Formats: sequence, C-alpha cells, structure tokens
Amino acid sequence: MLQGWVIVAASFAYLCLLFAIAFYADRRADQGRSVIANPYIYSLSLAVYATAWTFYGSVGRAANDGIGFLPIYLGPTLMAVLWWLCLRKIIRISKVNRITSLADFVAARYGKSALLAGLVTVIAVLGILPYISLQLKAISNSFTILAQYPDIEMPDKSRSVAILQDTAFYVAGILAGFTIAFGTRELDVSERHEGMVAAIAFESLVKLLAFLAVGVFVTFAMFDGLGDLFAQARSDSGIAPLITPFEGVASYANWAWLTVLSMLAIMFLPRQFQVSVIENVDEKHLRTAVWLFPLYMLAINVFVIPIAFGGLLRFPQGGVDADTFVLTLPMAEQQTGLALLAFIGGLSAATGMVIVETIALSTMVCNDLVMPVLLRSRRLRLSERTDLSNLLLDIRRWAIVIIVMLGYFYFRLAGEAYALVSIGLISFAAVAQFGPVVLGGIYWKGATRAGALAGLSAGFLVWAYTLLLPAFARSDWLPAEFLSHGPFGLELLKPLELFGLSGLDQITHAMIWSMLFNIGLYIGVSLLTRQSPGEHSQATLFVDVFSRTRDPSTLWRGTASAPELQRLVGRFLGPERAGEAFAAFARERGLTSAAELEGDAELVQSAERLLAGAVGASSARVLIASVVEEEPLGIEEVMNILDETSQVIAYSHQLEEKSRELEAATNELRAANERLTELDRLKDDFISTVSHELRTPLTSIRALSEILHDNPDIDREERVRFLAIVIKESERLTRLINQVLDLAKIESGKGEWHTTELDLREVIDDALAATSRLFEEKRITVTTDLAADVPRLVVDRDRLMQVMVNLLSNAVKFSEPDKGRVQVSLQRRGSWAQVDVADNGIGISPEHQHAIFDKFRQVGDTLTDKPQGTGLGLAICRQIIDHFDGKLWVRSRPGAGSTFSFTLPLEGRASALDAPA
Amino acid sequence: MAKRVLIVDDDPNILISLEFLLAKAGYEVHTAADGKAALEAVQRIRPDLLLLDVMLPVKNGFEVCQTLRGASESDAMKVVMLTAKGRSTEVAKGLALGADAYVTKPFGTRDLVETVRRLLGE
Repeated sequence: MLQGWVIVAASFAYLCLLFAIAFYADRRADQGRSVIANPYIYSLSLAVYATAWTFYGSVGRAANDGIGFLPIYLGPTLMAVLWWLCLRKIIRISKVNRITSLADFVAARYGKSALLAGLVTVIAVLGILPYISLQLKAISNSFTILAQYPDIEMPDKSRSVAILQDTAFYVAGILAGFTIAFGTRELDVSERHEGMVAAIAFESLVKLLAFLAVGVFVTFAMFDGLGDLFAQARSDSGIAPLITPFEGVASYANWAWLTVLSMLAIMFLPRQFQVSVIENVDEKHLRTAVWLFPLYMLAINVFVIPIAFGGLLRFPQGGVDADTFVLTLPMAEQQTGLALLAFIGGLSAATGMVIVETIALSTMVCNDLVMPVLLRSRRLRLSERTDLSNLLLDIRRWAIVIIVMLGYFYFRLAGEAYALVSIGLISFAAVAQFGPVVLGGIYWKGATRAGALAGLSAGFLVWAYTLLLPAFARSDWLPAEFLSHGPFGLELLKPLELFGLSGLDQITHAMIWSMLFNIGLYIGVSLLTRQSPGEHSQATLFVDVFSRTRDPSTLWRGTASAPELQRLVGRFLGPERAGEAFAAFARERGLTSAAELEGDAELVQSAERLLAGAVGASSARVLIASVVEEEPLGIEEVMNILDETSQVIAYSHQLEEKSRELEAATNELRAANERLTELDRLKDDFISTVSHELRTPLTSIRALSEILHDNPDIDREERVRFLAIVIKESERLTRLINQVLDLAKIESGKGEWHTTELDLREVIDDALAATSRLFEEKRITVTTDLAADVPRLVVDRDRLMQVMVNLLSNAVKFSEPDKGRVQVSLQRRGSWAQVDVADNGIGISPEHQHAIFDKFRQVGDTLTDKPQGTGLGLAICRQIIDHFDGKLWVRSRPGAGSTFSFTLPLEGRASALDAPA
Repeated sequence: MAKRVLIVDDDPNILISLEFLLAKAGYEVHTAADGKAALEAVQRIRPDLLLLDVMLPVKNGFEVCQTLRGASESDAMKVVMLTAKGRSTEVAKGLALGADAYVTKPFGTRDLVETVRRLLGE
C-alpha cells in the first residue's frame, strides 16, 4: 500500500534535489567555475525534449500504431545531423547579437521589430499551452493511479472535479512555484540560467534511467527477453498488425509530415531554443550533441515497443490506458520501488519541460510583450524610475504563474478530449510556424519584415482554425455543427477538411494548410515589399554571420553622456551590475575608471547590447534612442563616412605638418632676405656714394679742362682760376682714391701692416710736425702733455701717423681760427696707453657722435660749411685702432669742443675687461 | 630774348663750369645750390630750362622735379637732370618723374650744351 503522502514526500524530495543541484551550479557559475561548460551536460540538457509525452505517451502511441510513434524521434535524430549547419549558425548569430529568446531572434532579424516579437510571443504562449496541460495531466494522472496501489484504476474522466480538489491544480501551483525559484532569482544580462541547465541535465539522466529500468524489467523479468516478447506479441491477434509499419499512402504521408514536424519542433520549441541556443556556452559543444543526442533518443526509445507489447499482453482487455503502461506494469507486478521510480521518472520528465518552457515563455512575455507596451505608455512614467530590475523580475514571475495556470485551464477545458500524443502534436504544429520565418531569415537576405508578419500570422490563423478550435469544439465549447458543416454552413471551410482536402489525419491536414499559407505569404509578400535600411543591415548580419568577424551592427551616429547611459542600464540591470559592466568597458579602453568613459558611438552600442540582454533588442533600442538623439545609419553609409573621415584626418595632419615647416622656412627666408637687402643696400650705398664722391671732382676737372681747351681766348684771370680748381680737384680726387683703396684693403684684411717697436711720443711729435702748417694757418695753439712712463709699443708706424694726422686735422678743422686751442695728451692707464686730442671747437652733437665714424659721414651739411675731406678719415682711423685691439671714441658737447681719444694695449692683446671705458 | 636757364648743384666748382658754358652759349644763367633754393628760384625766375643735380641738400633733385611737375605753371619748362649716379634705375626714375633729359657726370661740355640747345628748340 503506497500512501499518498509517501508519493508526495518522494516527489518533494526529488524536486528539492533538483533545486539543490541548480543552486550549486549557479553558485559555481558565479565563482566563474561553471559546471555546465561541458559538451556532455549540454547534450543531456537537450534531452528536455523528452517529456512526460515521451515517458508515457510513446508507449501509448506504440500500443495503438506500432512503430508509428517513431517519427517524433526520427525527426530530431535527422535534425541533429543538420545541426552543425543551421543550429550553429543560429547560435553564432544569437551570440553576436546577444539574442535572449526566440521572439528576440525573429524580431532582430527583421529590423528589430517589436510587433514581430510580440506576435511570436503570443503564438508561442498559445501554442505551448496544450503541451503544458499535457504535462499536468500526466503528473496528476500518474499520481492518482499510483495512489491506488496496489489496485490499478484509471482516473475517472467523466468526473468533473472542483478546482480545489483537483490534484492537477496543486501540481500546477507547485510547478509554478518551483519554476519561479529556478528562473527568477536574479536578472542575467545574457538570460542564461546555469542552475536550470544543470538541473535538467540531471533529470534527463533520471528519466532515462527510470525508463530503462522499467524496460529492462518488462523485457527480462516479465518475459524472457526480446525474442520471447515478440514471439508472444506476434501470436496475439490484437498486436500482430502493429508490427507492420506502413499501410498505404496516407501512412507514408503521415510519417513524412510527422518527421518534418518534429524536426521543426526540436529547433523551435521555446524550451529547445532556450537550451540549445541561449544556454549554449560554446559552439563546439554541438559536435558532441550531434551524436550524443541521437544516442539518447535511441536509448529512451529502445524499450518503447517492448513495454507497449508487454502491456498489451498483460492487460488484454484494454482496461488499462496504454499511456500508463510504464507505471502500471511495475504496479501490476508488485514492484513498489520500481513503480515509484517510474513515477519519479515521469515527474522528472514533466517538471523539466514545464520549468524550462515556462522560463523561456516568461522571458519572451516580459521582454517582447509587456515591456515594450509599458515603456511606450506614458502614464506609468517608467523613465523616471531608477531601478527597474525588480519590476522585470516581478513581471516574469507573474508571467510564469499565469502561463502555468492557463495551461491548467486548457487542461480542464480541452485536455480530456485527446490522448497525450495528439495534444503534443498540436503544440508542435504551432511552433512549426516559426520554421519558415527563422530558417528563411538566416539564409535569405531578401526576406522582409512584412513577409514575416504575413506568413507568421497566416500560419498561426490556419493552425488555430484547424487544430485549436476543433479541440474546443470537441469539448463542447463550440457547437458541433462547426466541425461537421463548417462555420455558418460553409462546407469548404470545414476546419478538419479545409477546401475539401480530406482523408488525412488532423495533424497532417493542419500542417499542409498552415505551411502552405505561411510559406506562400512569407515568400510572396517578401518579394513584393522592400526592406528598410535597418532591416537590410540586420538581414546581412544574420545571413553573413560566419563571414564577419566583428559585429558592427548599425552604428549610432549620435552620442550620449556616459553617466546617463550607465544610469539607464542600471535601471534595468541594477546599479551594481551596471557599474561592473561600465568599469569593464573602461578597462577595455585602457581607462582607469568608468568616469573617464566618453559617450561615443561605441559606448552607446555596448550599452544597447547590455540592455538588450535584459529587456530584448527592440525595447533596448527604444530606450537608447531616448538618450541619444540621432538616428542610426546604415552600414555602408557609416563605412563611407569613417573612411572619408580617416582619410581627411590623415591628410590634414600631413598638411598641418607641412604648413608648419613651410612657415618656419618662410620666416628664415624672410630674415635672410632682410639681412641681404640691408647688406645690399649698404653695399650699394657705399658704392654709389664712392662713385658719387669720385665723379664729383672728376666732373669739375673734365668740364673746366674742356672749357679751357675750347676757349683759348678766355681772359687770364679766369684761366688761372679755372686751372687752380682743376689742380685742387685732382688732388682731392687722388686723396679720395687713396683713402677708398686704403679702407678697402684694411677692411678686407689685405692691408699691409709693418709693425715695429716704437715710442708713441715720437709718433705724436712727428704728427704734430706734419700738421704744423694747418695749425699755423688758422693760428691755433697746440699744447702737449706726454707722460714719460709709457713703454714702447709694437704698432705700425705709418698707420699710427695716419691716425694722429687725421685727428689733428679734424681738430684744426673744427676749431675757430685764433681762438682755437688743441691739447694732445698721452697717458698710461693700467695695461693701456691712451692718447687724447682735445679741441675747443664747435663740438659735435650727440646724434652725430656715432655717425662720424661711419663712412662718408661728415659733420656739417650746411650750405656754407661744406667741410673738406672725404668723410672717410675717421672710418679708417677706427679700422686701424681696431686692428691693434684698441678703441677709438669721442666725447663732445656742441659749443664746448670735442675730445677724440684712443687706446692701445701695452703688451700683447689686452683683455676687454681691462680696457677703460 | 635770351632763354633763361637755372643751374642747381651743390658743388660750387660745377656751378662755375656750367655757368661759364651756358653763358657762353648765350643764355641768361641763374644758379642755386640746394633743393629749396631751387624751387624758390623757379618761382621767381621762371626759367625755360632747369639743369638739376640729383644729390642736393635739403631737397634732392627728384623731389624738386616731382614738385615742379605737379604744378601746371612749370609744364612748359624743360628739366635736365644731372647726377653722378649712373644706374639705369635712377635714369628711369628721373624720366618717369617728368625729366626731359638726363645727364651723367662727368659730362662732356659740348654734349651738354647741345642737349640744352635742342631742348630749347634751336
């Protein structure tokens, strides 16, 4: 006697074990040591495909149709071979685009369409409800049956049980609770649930072991092996026909469609998409799954026929539902433990399905159905809330509860009308509608959003019409005439024989029509409509995913502030996670903290991807758009701009450099030019001045000579006068030429210097003697003050004479006659000898004091006082004194006379510091 | 009536030679020794020809020429520029400023008288 509470206790124990495994796996994942990053665990998790339908229903179908139960497992096996091609592509696309669900995938492919995402979600939820109800039915029935142990009594289908007394209701509630515990503890950016994956991998093992145990028991304990079992079956008239597989064309068509159906189901059931794509850790795990999963399918099906036949043989009158053989056979043989194990196996299969399916569905409902609507609704003012992660989790929890409850209500309303297998196939047909849209989307760039919407809607409507409504009609929720005569009496629209297609079983019929409409409208509308640039870039991204190494997606042209982006992300992921993520971004860019991040297009895109992980791609786009102003560009546009920009930047850098170099060169040139012009000018000045100075006396000489020559009868007085001028000018000319040559020689360093050791006093005396006549002529007195202690110098005598004579001549020139007084003095100053020639003449104004040492400058440009001399004298003196490292200067005040002084070093070359100022 | 000629040069020896030459040639000769005096003399005497040295104190020959050519009364007056600087740019400058002839020093006496005669239309 197995009491109810024992069963319940065992169930709870098992569920808690599952939960513990999930918890452990999640913790290991948080520590970075993932338990599930393992191809075997991945492949086992894919076996969530086998639900209570497999556990119980296969046997049921086999008992009715022989190996007609196989197509449902043939399909996935065949598909597994093709996985390496199409599933890998889907996985790659999903990773690159951070896809979080099936609805997200479809929406992302067709231009991030929120409408499409919503449609997929609705179809998925409505389509899976029958399937969920199937699991609930299985669990509650198996519980009821087991509770009768050792009696075997089928549950009373006619009884209508009040909800609160309905086991199934409590089962639903418990399942919902566990699902919430499994899947909504926290929000993960990538929507991965490591714990859940670990738990269902474990339960895949449990259900396999349970089934194998029953199978082994039936084959080898109840009978004497397979040979004995089949021999007995063949001899039984009721069973024999089941052994032959095919009967007629309809049978082939059936097989074909069922296989196709299950091939699509293994891809597009939300739970399968979740575990095979979203939860996938590494593409390469597929390699293992490709052979391990078919192996599992084989293992779990290998004993189906034996159990079916064993049951038929054991319970010949049909009093026991074939669906329950897995449980009732051990019960009939008094194997309590095995029966309990079988129950746990069935429970395991059912809970695995419900948990994964509801989590996948609730994610879609939250991200792709509820959030887009909430975000757009201004009343809720979600944009003002700072932390929406709790809201997201709550939405998902409610979604789980509602979905499970809806499954329960479907079970109450329509579930009893069909055997388990048929219910399951209805769901398969629903998710098969996603096939064209997804497969077309990843291989055909031309598929448009409009096409997808049209195909999906049409397929879904046909599905609902041919499968869902009849189920309700059979349960008396719709009038029976609906089925037999079509709506409003339109025979052609009979749900089970649409447009007169008869003779097929319901599923095949439904599949043919729904696929026809789906694919037909998908292709037709796609060909007739055009894609927006956003759609086109997404299409390219999806179809060409293997040939692209990076993920440019559509780039944002605009920018936003990094803190704003972080806040936005934080609202949905929670502030800590957002902070972590942004710190990671900063590290990637080589910055020390997120505060240094710039809100450039790259960051905007990274933020968008983060958000997409939490709320789905289309909502993320809306949110980001609210923070960034600009519209996204198409890829080509962006590439062109980037190309141009980078070229322009490079070019302008070059230009900048060149222009800087040019400027520097120009400046140099300008300076050099100025210098040259100056020198040139000076040279020109000198030359023109010399030439002028030379030509002037020449002009008089020539002119007067010609006059004298041409006018022989000129009177004597004039003749003498003219000749005198000629003579004087000739002298002047000679002097000038000599001086110019002299200066030129000295300046060019080609002067001849004959230095001897001499006594300065002697030179001064000689100079005075040479100029005595000048002094006498103007009656100017000259005095000397020559110190005795000045030693002898080594100088050029003639040049020194030249200087002295020049200075003395000047002194005479600028002194008044009679009153003029000139004093010559010689002194020793440290290591220098200094000579002064002082006069009390007219003096020199300050501005002229510098100029007089310049070439050709002469003091006194007045009309009446054109000085004699060439203007070169002082210039030459300076050159001479300079040559001997001395200095020549003047001190003077207008009206107070002038003193010309020069110094000469006494021994060798004196240092400049010693020279008196 | 004898044509009037004004000679302007800062070298008195040149003035002497030119004065003799042009007086011998039959002209009424006046002299000035700097630019300012030259302008005053032009105003006062209204010569028919101006013999103008370039290198003059106070105002050089070019300036004088420019000033004279600006005033319409002296349009008819002929201007001959004298200079020791023989560079072609100087010549061009002089001619551009309105000089009728340009003579470089040292000049040939016969050529000079010839030029004066030609300009005064004899």
